[in-house]
Amino acid sequence: MRALFSFIVVIALVAIVFVGVKGANLEFLFGVIIPYAALATFIIGFIYRVVKWGRSPVPFHIPTTCGQQKTLPWIKDSKIENPSTTAGVIARMALEVLVFRSLFRNLKTDLREGPRLAYGSDKWLWLAGLAFHWSFLIIAFRHLRFFMQDVPVVVQWVEGLDSFLQIGAPLLYITDVIIITAVTYLFLRRVYIPQVRYISLAADYFPLFLILGIAISGVLMRYFIKVHVVGVKELAMGLVSFNPTIPEGIGVIFYIHLFLICVLFAYFPFSKLMHMGGVFLSPTRNLANNSRMVRHVNPWNYPVKVHTYEEYEEEFREKMKMAGLPVEKE
Amino acid sequence: MAKGTPKPDELSRIDYTPPQKEWMDTPVKLKPGMYCWGAKAKNLQAVGFPNARDWTPADEDWKLPENWEWTVLEGIYDRLKKYRSFQLFLDICVRCGACADKCHFYIGSGDPKNMPVLRAELLRSVYRRHFTFGGKLLGRIAGARKLTLDVLKEWWYYFFQCTECRRCSVFCPYGIDQAEITMMGRELLNLLGLNIDWIQGPVANCYKKGNHLGLEPHTIMSNIEFMLDDIESITGIRIEPSFNRKGAEILFVTPSGDLFADPGTYTCMGYLMLFHELGLDYTWSTYASEGGNFGFFTTNEMAKRLNAKIYAEAKRLGVKWILGGECGHMWRVVHQYMDTWNGPADFLEEPVSPITGTKFENAKTTKMVHIAEFTADLIRHGKLNLDPSRNDHLKVTFHDSCNTSRGMGIFEEPRYIIKNVCNNFYEMPENTIREKTFCCGSGSGLNAGENMELRMRGGLPRANAVKYVHEKYGVNMLANICAIDRAALSTLMDYWVPGVGVTGVHELVANALVMKGEKKRTTNLRGEPLPGVEEEEEEGKEEKEEQGG
Amino acid sequence: MYDGSKIIAGLIVFVGLFTFPFLYNMGKASAKPEPKIDTPVIQQLAEKKCVEPKSFMRAEHMKLLNEWRDSAIRKAKRVYVGAEGKEYTISLQNTCMKCHSNKKKFCDECHNYMAVKPYCWDCHLEPKEKKL
Repeated sequence: MRALFSFIVVIALVAIVFVGVKGANLEFLFGVIIPYAALATFIIGFIYRVVKWGRSPVPFHIPTTCGQQKTLPWIKDSKIENPSTTAGVIARMALEVLVFRSLFRNLKTDLREGPRLAYGSDKWLWLAGLAFHWSFLIIAFRHLRFFMQDVPVVVQWVEGLDSFLQIGAPLLYITDVIIITAVTYLFLRRVYIPQVRYISLAADYFPLFLILGIAISGVLMRYFIKVHVVGVKELAMGLVSFNPTIPEGIGVIFYIHLFLICVLFAYFPFSKLMHMGGVFLSPTRNLANNSRMVRHVNPWNYPVKVHTYEEYEEEFREKMKMAGLPVEKE
Repeated sequence: MAKGTPKPDELSRIDYTPPQKEWMDTPVKLKPGMYCWGAKAKNLQAVGFPNARDWTPADEDWKLPENWEWTVLEGIYDRLKKYRSFQLFLDICVRCGACADKCHFYIGSGDPKNMPVLRAELLRSVYRRHFTFGGKLLGRIAGARKLTLDVLKEWWYYFFQCTECRRCSVFCPYGIDQAEITMMGRELLNLLGLNIDWIQGPVANCYKKGNHLGLEPHTIMSNIEFMLDDIESITGIRIEPSFNRKGAEILFVTPSGDLFADPGTYTCMGYLMLFHELGLDYTWSTYASEGGNFGFFTTNEMAKRLNAKIYAEAKRLGVKWILGGECGHMWRVVHQYMDTWNGPADFLEEPVSPITGTKFENAKTTKMVHIAEFTADLIRHGKLNLDPSRNDHLKVTFHDSCNTSRGMGIFEEPRYIIKNVCNNFYEMPENTIREKTFCCGSGSGLNAGENMELRMRGGLPRANAVKYVHEKYGVNMLANICAIDRAALSTLMDYWVPGVGVTGVHELVANALVMKGEKKRTTNLRGEPLPGVEEEEEEGKEEKEEQGG
Repeated sequence: MYDGSKIIAGLIVFVGLFTFPFLYNMGKASAKPEPKIDTPVIQQLAEKKCVEPKSFMRAEHMKLLNEWRDSAIRKAKRVYVGAEGKEYTISLQNTCMKCHSNKKKFCDECHNYMAVKPYCWDCHLEPKEKKL
């Protein structure tokens, strides 16, 4: 149901832009106004969310330690899994963000007769997640060629690498295949694994369908339903130089692609997709395990009512004296 | 075993298929054996907690205050502003499900609401409905729901089915820690007087009397006196520790569980013997007679109020630094919270071992050293005369406690000690130890009697790994550095893996420790004959008979 | 503990990354590509028509060239029948480049604009163009 709802929403989005461009000639709306609005929403919304997190302090030092602590000099400490220095934290975060270290630990628990519990390695989620995120990044980076007059060599290298198999013309991008496969897998596991289906919300399916829609429309545009690609770049260049133009005859598929991207951008700050920024702020990952070496200050630490020694002695003085315990007041 | 607890073979038939109905449409049913008694009025009153009254979770009416919804929603708002972890962890979960089968309660029960992600969604759904635009606008389709009495009961049931072990947080790609959510959930419940008595009782005790068990000063002394008698009859050495002594170099703090019941008392005897052998200038305190902190399972403020005694007492007695005994959540608190709450401890000195001269630089501001760090350093410097063969009848494995593993990372010190005091040590499977260790199933104040089914379910993964080494290597002793483990694992082993005992690491140390001037030991601290001794005695008899004949 | 400065630094990086194209193009004039077809050969043609209609060629020339290559090299078939039934010799240098002898102003104009690097010239010799 929740999956279907999300699917219908994405289809409706496609229909809106199709009718808008084909029927009502709203190229300027979909090609200029909405992209600007979406990008502004994205950037302002993203900053708003991160600032909101930032305004709540980290009152306690709570790293999740995944290796040996730093103690005695002859005990080898785990410098990245349980970092005690800033360099260690940077390495830990880098592994987390770039290669999804924690997800790589994933195990599958299996209850067998006996009872016997077995824990098997389960890297599929990690692999699909990594494949999806990296493809997305590379694809986004490749798109810089639409936004720059003289395309930097590094963008051209990445593009060359992405199409080095030299299949077909225009050359097939490997990341196009990977992203569609990975997103499809991520969708299927959500539907087929009963536990994951049970916890999934519409907000989990929607981004998957949206991204799939973006990828498919992009692929269609490049390989099948061709658009006037020079016109696309003119439009893009117009946007980034604040000199918007709508070249003739680009093709509606481009506007579908662009609109879905705009929806993704605008939806981003209001959704779980904010994990992109959030992961950097996660206090179980971005703190060094040095809380006995360096005092962590809680800005809202306040005095509390305690039961003092004096009150304690007051209550037990006679018993303490009988037992031969020293007391403050005779 | 509590009445009505299913037998192991019955309990191990676990169905992991989630129900057909969506979870929001499945109201909570409190199942006896899976929850604890409600906190009593007097124990809530003792520390000034709100809505103190006697209540029964099974009753329809929980005697909630007027406008309780507002209290909870205000409580959420307040904590969102105070804890980045809370705000962030409510916002960024993508429900990938990687945490699901990492939770011992989910593995042991199959209840989908025990998947960490869903346990968090119980609260997240309310957060969405009342604090986010999308949730207000779209409601159910955005995964939002209103705070109702059913929701509150669900929270209570499931936030007391989480031991704050942090295993899920190891596997989460964003480090989302269900322990943080559970802590916040429990704080909110405490605003309405909805604690469990197994937690609230010890909290009240600890506040007034200095320890969870409510041992009064003279009782602490007499309990230790009993241990000293036992030590004397085993070793021939009379130990005379000091209490509340000003001017001692070190204050020693350990969980009160070690003073009270087997097998913790043997661990405590271990401390006493070790310190005596070293001639350590240390003192016990009857005021700060609790290392553990059940306040940590109620609210942050309560935890701080209980913890304050340790530094206060160190200051009053004028010690140089503090040594802490074997305990799990005590060390989470000492390592990650104490200095922040009640520091800076500038009246103490950077800890230095008086025996080896080692500076404990890792504890230079908190000034509290873990006894495993202390003892490992002693062994490394050859300061202890050890005879590991006295533990030869034991095949030992080591259980990493959740808190010291994932909230500290003390893995090698206890292993180093065990390998030096025992000849037979075997590790449990890799995915069940160190940072991936499984909870005893009874942590965070859930080691009561009335929730025995829950404890045995939650302890299944741990027990199962012990069973593996028990069957494969004949392991018969489960060592650990946690007082709750010593209490909880004993029950767990009897249920799932009969024939495996439970011990603190310093019990093993004391058994292997050859003390100056000791008589020939014939039994270990438990009064069981030492390996080799029985045969010797037999042989001795035979010789005599021969001579006589 | 807020780590405000780190968060702000992170946000600046974030804004920088996502507005990079705007920053990069600031103050730069963007010139549209204008491919030229005014070669002497084309000018002499009575009917200025390519092998297929212009709109098709604009979108599909790369695909057509790919097919031509496969046809000529793998199948040794060197005759192409255009949409209007007219026959052409399949040859990049002798058919395409005969008319479009101005590679720089015809091919490269758009290819450079789009940062496309066709691998035609990995095998074929680039036409020598007179410097104008």
